Amino acid sequence: MTAPLLEVTGLTTTFGTGGKRASAVRGLDFTLEPGKVLGIVGESGSGKSVAMMSMLQLLAPSAKVTGSAIYKGRDLITMGPRDIRKIRGKEIGCIFQDPLSAFNPVKTIGHQIVEAILLHDSKISKRAATEHATSLLADVAIPQPGERLGQYPHEFSGGMRQRAMIAMALANGPNLLIADEPTTALDVTVQAQILDLLRKLTEERGIATILITHDLGVVAGMADEIMVMYAGRVVERGSAEAIFYDTRHPYTRGLIAAMPKLDGPGEILRAIEGTPPSIWTRPPGCSFAPRCSFAIEACRTTEPGLRRVGETETACMRAEELDKGMPA
Amino acid sequence: MTDGADIHPTARKPGAWRAGWARLPLTGQLGVMILLFWAVTVVTVQFWPLAEPLDMVGRRLQPPSGDHWLGTDALGRDVLSRTLHGAVYTIPIAFAVVLSAVTIGSTFGALAGFFGGWVDAVIMRAADVTLSFPPILLAMTVAATLGPGLQNAAIAMVIVWWPIYARLMRAQVLEVRTREHVEAAVAGGAGRMRVLTVHVLPLCWTPTLINATMDFGQVALLAASLSFIGLGAAPPTPEWGSMISEGAAKFYSWWIAFGPGMAILSIVLAASFVGDALRDIFDKRSVE
Repeated sequence: MTAPLLEVTGLTTTFGTGGKRASAVRGLDFTLEPGKVLGIVGESGSGKSVAMMSMLQLLAPSAKVTGSAIYKGRDLITMGPRDIRKIRGKEIGCIFQDPLSAFNPVKTIGHQIVEAILLHDSKISKRAATEHATSLLADVAIPQPGERLGQYPHEFSGGMRQRAMIAMALANGPNLLIADEPTTALDVTVQAQILDLLRKLTEERGIATILITHDLGVVAGMADEIMVMYAGRVVERGSAEAIFYDTRHPYTRGLIAAMPKLDGPGEILRAIEGTPPSIWTRPPGCSFAPRCSFAIEACRTTEPGLRRVGETETACMRAEELDKGMPA
Repeated sequence: MTDGADIHPTARKPGAWRAGWARLPLTGQLGVMILLFWAVTVVTVQFWPLAEPLDMVGRRLQPPSGDHWLGTDALGRDVLSRTLHGAVYTIPIAFAVVLSAVTIGSTFGALAGFFGGWVDAVIMRAADVTLSFPPILLAMTVAATLGPGLQNAAIAMVIVWWPIYARLMRAQVLEVRTREHVEAAVAGGAGRMRVLTVHVLPLCWTPTLINATMDFGQVALLAASLSFIGLGAAPPTPEWGSMISEGAAKFYSWWIAFGPGMAILSIVLAASFVGDALRDIFDKRSVE
């Protein structure tokens, strides 16, 4: 086992002012080795994006972040503003969900990529930076990269924009890429192209990736390890294979059951009943208990921690009983 | 979207100016023409075949005639000549005041909106205090304190006007700074000043531009008002406000005040026409 690139322990993020605070992320632990892909799956509001933004200190001052995120031996959480700025965009690249709003609408794509390069490399000439930007656009398979550099974001199609976004994230040769729902705003065919591209580029360059999504299908083909988050905590974690074929947690099972199947006869889509709890009114005990068809009395009073059951680590007290044979 | 291969983005399409002109409503076109007329007047009026504005060229208090199109004033000076020469004082002053107010106000407003906290509190409370006075009263107070004169009147007007732009810019910055591309820039390692100047401010100018255009007329009016009550230009300067003041004393010689009055009216109207037209072009939401 190689030394981890990123080691997160007890990451907790709370929001609010004064006495009333609510936690969006509650004690997140994980490690990421160089070159590996970690998929974080969860519904809206499960805390997956907030956790990543906490690590890069991108949240508003009203958010309080505790715990640690050791990147190459330095803690990102307690780092000063000057140091974290050198990490952002240089060591850790970010890809955002909506590539249209993530670009400055009044500057050309080329201007923005060149700016990203110049920000972290004061010695490079503008000409060299422009050449680098052109080759980056070529790397993400944008035709006529030279002309494209001079265009504005609105002149790009959705898929092109996301490609340009990836090019920008890769501009400074990061070691870690955080992709926050990179394909949510795109249609399905483009989604597949973007994921292919992302996989190819990160593999070629040995970049570790954290892929945040609410779509299990997205992580299935890409991730080495998958974490399933619910209400600010990890409820299940394991290799991609284990999550799909030997899952224990009722929530993960529900997510998998909710995926439309392309084989076999058509059937009505299964959904998980109810909605996730608000961070202000989280129930005691297991957060998923109110929506869980396997919940017993004990689930509503004590919150289980992660423990290894079979192939995955699961935070469900009935994990042993819920074997593969039981209906999801 | 067409194939992007041969579109050069920075090249303006031929006829862009004409197309832009055609998009202006009729009032907007009229406004532009009036403002252009006054701009040309300011630069070239000294070469026009007019009577000297300070010379007594005719008999006093003559009504409009072929010799003196707008008549003569109480000292026998040509009102038309004085009116046109008045533009040389009012228009550059109005321009300078609007420019200074926009610069000062926008800078403070942008800092307040972007940094928030005590910076915001200090700047915006100062703006609130300024705005709590009726503008003409505050301008009078400042002008009276500094002493009469066009320059002091201009300073007074900047003091009255900057908070409007501070508020406008602050509101705009508050909205733009929460957009995702700003967050993306921060995530890319951009510093605070870079985020403000490159990723926030360029998206904030439209309301300021529109408001500044409309205010141009208002400032011209306020400048004339200060001169009217004797706090601006001093006689014998052919300034519109002081000319109207002279005309008001000779009420039955209506032509004395008519020239400068119409000049002010034309500028206020033209500025608001152009401002309206700009808003129609830039702010698509308000058109519907």
